[in-house]
Amino acid sequence: MDQSVFLPQGDFGQIFERLREAGYRVVGPAEQEGALTYDVLESADDIPVGLVDRQAPGHYRLEQQNHRRRFDWVGTAQGLKPWLFVAEQPLWVAREVEGGLRFEEVRETPVPTAVIGVRACDLAALALQDRHFLDGDYPDPHYRARRESLLLVAVNCHRSADTCFCVSTGDGPEVTFGADLVLDELDQGYLVKAGSERGAELLARLPGRPVRGWHKRRAKALRKQARTQQRALPSRDLRGPLYAARDDMRHWQPVAERCLTCGNCAAVCPTCFCHRVDEESPLDGSLSRAVRRWDTCFNDEHSYLVGHVVRKSAEHKYRQWLTHKLAIWHDQYDRSGCTGCGRCITWCPVGIDIVEEAERLCREVGES
Amino acid sequence: MAQASIAVHKLTSCSGCQSVFLNLGDDLLVLNELVEISHFIEAGLNNFDAEVDIAFVEGSITTPDDEARILKVRERSRFVVAIGACACSGGVQALRNVKDSVGWAGAVYADTEYLDSLAESRPVAQLVKVDLELWGCPISGRQLIATVRALLQGVPPVLPTEKVCQECKRAGNVCVLVTKAAPCLGPVTRAGCGALCPSFGAPCYTCFGASEQPNCDSLGERLVGLGIPQRQVAERFVSISSGLEPYQKAWARWRIPAKQLDS
Repeated sequence: MDQSVFLPQGDFGQIFERLREAGYRVVGPAEQEGALTYDVLESADDIPVGLVDRQAPGHYRLEQQNHRRRFDWVGTAQGLKPWLFVAEQPLWVAREVEGGLRFEEVRETPVPTAVIGVRACDLAALALQDRHFLDGDYPDPHYRARRESLLLVAVNCHRSADTCFCVSTGDGPEVTFGADLVLDELDQGYLVKAGSERGAELLARLPGRPVRGWHKRRAKALRKQARTQQRALPSRDLRGPLYAARDDMRHWQPVAERCLTCGNCAAVCPTCFCHRVDEESPLDGSLSRAVRRWDTCFNDEHSYLVGHVVRKSAEHKYRQWLTHKLAIWHDQYDRSGCTGCGRCITWCPVGIDIVEEAERLCREVGES
Repeated sequence: MAQASIAVHKLTSCSGCQSVFLNLGDDLLVLNELVEISHFIEAGLNNFDAEVDIAFVEGSITTPDDEARILKVRERSRFVVAIGACACSGGVQALRNVKDSVGWAGAVYADTEYLDSLAESRPVAQLVKVDLELWGCPISGRQLIATVRALLQGVPPVLPTEKVCQECKRAGNVCVLVTKAAPCLGPVTRAGCGALCPSFGAPCYTCFGASEQPNCDSLGERLVGLGIPQRQVAERFVSISSGLEPYQKAWARWRIPAKQLDS
């Protein structure tokens, strides 16, 4: 499947048209309240050009630059999570009928969706969500239906934001798996590589030109440039230091003083999968609807057990989040739950930095 | 046959929360069949002395008359449900609790002789036992329906105490504090509105009162650090739900004392 072509800048819209011909709605980067998010796009012209994101702890700004590149930004406000593990998922409805209750499953037929612009860290996160929702004895039918109708056009990052640390987690910046097509964006056009059978079929229908040596050399240099990152987790496996820090609450107090327990970090984390199920009835009580909603370990209710909130303090909540993400995941899923996208750093309203906290904890327990 | 009787009472308030009943649309008709509405002046039913199963009380206690009436309401009702920021926290009029309200009255009214106000605006629960509080400015119709439904079934309703941020993220919003340095108080405010203001790009104003575990110190420090003047940060915390202790503490921490302003 080592097929690649060069698609001139002016032919970018062809990718759109081929996807739409194949029955996909196309989702890609769009500006929303000063940030890039994934949204449904009508045409390739909807993709903003020349936008670059400036990210720092608790800070995200878009900057308009004087070039025509469409994918020079690094991070969207959310990854793929909201498109697969949706924020509100109706599960089932129970109706009162003569002689008892009737339970009805809620099943949707998802619209086939192609997402353009996906990054390596998001694909790594998707693989983890797949692991959680699809593996095992009870795969989630809602997630599965959306996942099976998903096509992914990934882009190799050619720069990193100040909040990126995917090199240290081993999940980027280069796309190595999980995409149907992978793009390297040059000023003159796109180096397009197929990553799957579907991608190869799509590629064959594009007005691509032969790839030249300089295309490859330029793309390689740009990919290398993206590997320069300011942040790095101390290790891919932090079970040692985090388990050592677990029982001494002094390690957790400094971050707890700042932590708002607002759960924004977990909500934007592309691998966090916690949810709750709410029961809702209309006023006449004729039915009961079960709706699954995103939840986070920062909510009291998340650890509510028989009249008691187990993790009540910010110390306990932050410890749960960090320790689960960077340590317990190894026991559950054979790797860390962090893919280095840096969203938890950017979207924390008070700018708590997961890398800085991990480094501090390692330092305090004297190992790394 | 009606399963219960209800009353909707008003103390010192703007009537916005009562209006939520009237804005229920088709559900107002369903409500009218499920329960007997005994007293609801805004809907034309004036029967203050009726004994009811559920009394919904809007407004805060700011006058001697409010004090007398809430005691009577409590006596005549099985359940008292405080509705809205005024009834739950004293409302926007609880600003008088932290400022010189006597001076204000003189500035607003030509003649203050006919005013008969108490020194403080108090939530209903400070005078009588309140069985349930429905927060909001105004309350949410969705929560009101869920509450009536639950009470008719004899169970307590499930009402969120999580932060507005949770609803905001579920709604797919981008955080305006992070992208625009907007003074959003969503991280210390109870969910329930569906993140209404941030959904339109505006910061949260604390309409639903304090969330569980409100870390106003950290949020206030962040807002000051973003370059928002301390006094604005202080005033941000004491607007709609100014009667709440965590917000009052935040106000006290960042306000510039009047003495410094004068000099």
